[in-house]
Amino acid sequence: MTGTTRRKLVSRLFVGACALAVLLALVPLALILFFVVSQGIQALDWAFFTRMPAPVGQPGGGMANAIVGTLMLSGLAALLAVPIGVVSGIYLSEYPGTRLASTVRFASDTLNGVPSIVIGVFAYGLAVLPFRQFSTLAGGLALGIMMIPIVAKTTEELLLLVPGSMREGALALGASRARAVFTVIVPAALPGIITGIVLALARIAGETAPLLFTSFNNRFFSTSLTQPISSITVQVYTYAISPYEDWHRQAWAGALVLIAIVLGCSMLARFATARVSRLRTR
Amino acid sequence: MRARSQDLGFRVTTGAFAVALVAIVVGIGFALVNQSWLAIAKFGFDFWRTSTWDPVVGDFGALPFIWGTLYSSILALAIATPVALGIAIFISELCPARLRTPLMFLTELLAAIPSIVYGLWGVFVLVPAVRTLQTHVPDALRALPLFSGPPLGVGMLSAALILAIMVVPFTSSVAREVLKAVPDAQREGAYALGATRFEAIRAAMFYARTGIIGAVMLGFGRALGETMAVTMVIGNNPQISASLFAPQYTMAAVIANEFTEAADELYLHALIEIGLVLFVITLIVNGLSRLLIWSMARPGRAARRTRPAGAAA
Repeated sequence: MTGTTRRKLVSRLFVGACALAVLLALVPLALILFFVVSQGIQALDWAFFTRMPAPVGQPGGGMANAIVGTLMLSGLAALLAVPIGVVSGIYLSEYPGTRLASTVRFASDTLNGVPSIVIGVFAYGLAVLPFRQFSTLAGGLALGIMMIPIVAKTTEELLLLVPGSMREGALALGASRARAVFTVIVPAALPGIITGIVLALARIAGETAPLLFTSFNNRFFSTSLTQPISSITVQVYTYAISPYEDWHRQAWAGALVLIAIVLGCSMLARFATARVSRLRTR
Repeated sequence: MRARSQDLGFRVTTGAFAVALVAIVVGIGFALVNQSWLAIAKFGFDFWRTSTWDPVVGDFGALPFIWGTLYSSILALAIATPVALGIAIFISELCPARLRTPLMFLTELLAAIPSIVYGLWGVFVLVPAVRTLQTHVPDALRALPLFSGPPLGVGMLSAALILAIMVVPFTSSVAREVLKAVPDAQREGAYALGATRFEAIRAAMFYARTGIIGAVMLGFGRALGETMAVTMVIGNNPQISASLFAPQYTMAAVIANEFTEAADELYLHALIEIGLVLFVITLIVNGLSRLLIWSMARPGRAARRTRPAGAAA
């Protein structure tokens, strides 16, 4: 074999290996989706959304309390993360070169990389330990802290996409910086920012670890902010490690709902970002 | 004059929110030290050198958890890195443009699946599969420490496999960004010299090596802190074993499992100290990886590769 044919063969093999790598990653994805959908759909019925968990040994029941819990926890998280995240993002895009901006960017990246279980420990010390009480507020705090860096980052990136001419136009008309930002620049990027927030919500709604010892779990229906509350993720965890067949089915149904939330939101996001990126070319 | 003071007010107000973000990170560090003080004062460095974990007597050594975390993460990285780099190369260098967006979407989907869903799938699909695999390991291999132990299914191998699947999308998307930042002239130069596809890509990879290392480290940071999926499949047994089949324990898993059971203060402080160290390790790993990625794919540098301003449509 000549050198050239060998080199060509090596090249072919390499291309094949890369294609194989893609397949290797798609197989688990397909397997996970297949099992979640096929197992989940069997257990998913109307009662899952409207009923309370059935007592041990009794078939049926649902996750009504956990669904309400997840909604409340995500809502609380958004209440904390959207103001801090969006305004920090505005600061980052308006004063990009300042020393504070690079510190904030570094802190934001750091916070994004902190393991979710550690965020849970922090929220426990801040909101559970002083009151000796697991609560919805503590869970919302943990999820909110996780959400802040995601919102800050998307806001910054989207504001930077707004054409400079729009800002210059506003300033040339005599608007103050605040006015230019809030009446011209932010509205132009708003669809994208909202998409980013929805995506961040989808991500934190799937979190389990930070809730284990902040919002804990609750077998009963509760909307109290100062009491422990159930969530889909913690409920799926409890059911998954239980020995009961019927609970396993419920866990798969919960997983299917979680996947549907994530998939739905990322589809929505792709649709919306496609619209926003057109802004840039205009 | 009025406009200027208004602008200052705007800057200070938005800056205050941004400072809050920094304060949270600093606050996490402070709170973790503050709340693990009992354990730090009592055990000192022995906490990380001894392997007895006995909450009843109040004797805490975290070595098995460190071992489990490092072993599972490094093993996961060994599995995930070639796959992730292969994907990054395929998407950014090889595949037809038509396939690019769907493939990117699918790999990103892998990152979007919640950890608990991975765990559920792990418990009911992966663990039984690994158990079947273990029963088919020939006895000759079983004598090796790497494959010793009964076929339980739960254990290091299951944990590493699931971690690998979870890490792949993170590493591959960063590696893709980094490859995108390699100037086309690098590839064109290689082709002009008669390089094959593989040789041209190798040249691009070499150019991008710092960023690639950064991408791998970012995956490492993710693997270190991953909690739910690992907790559900690793078997949660605080032992130090080289065996792939042995049930072991990780730092994140012990916090998840035992936190609500920690009845006395010393026990709680010991668990929070594990959290503190997890925080510090991920801080260092992530910081380093960002530094490496930035040095390679900083926005300013990436721009050079895109078409000159006049040519843009």
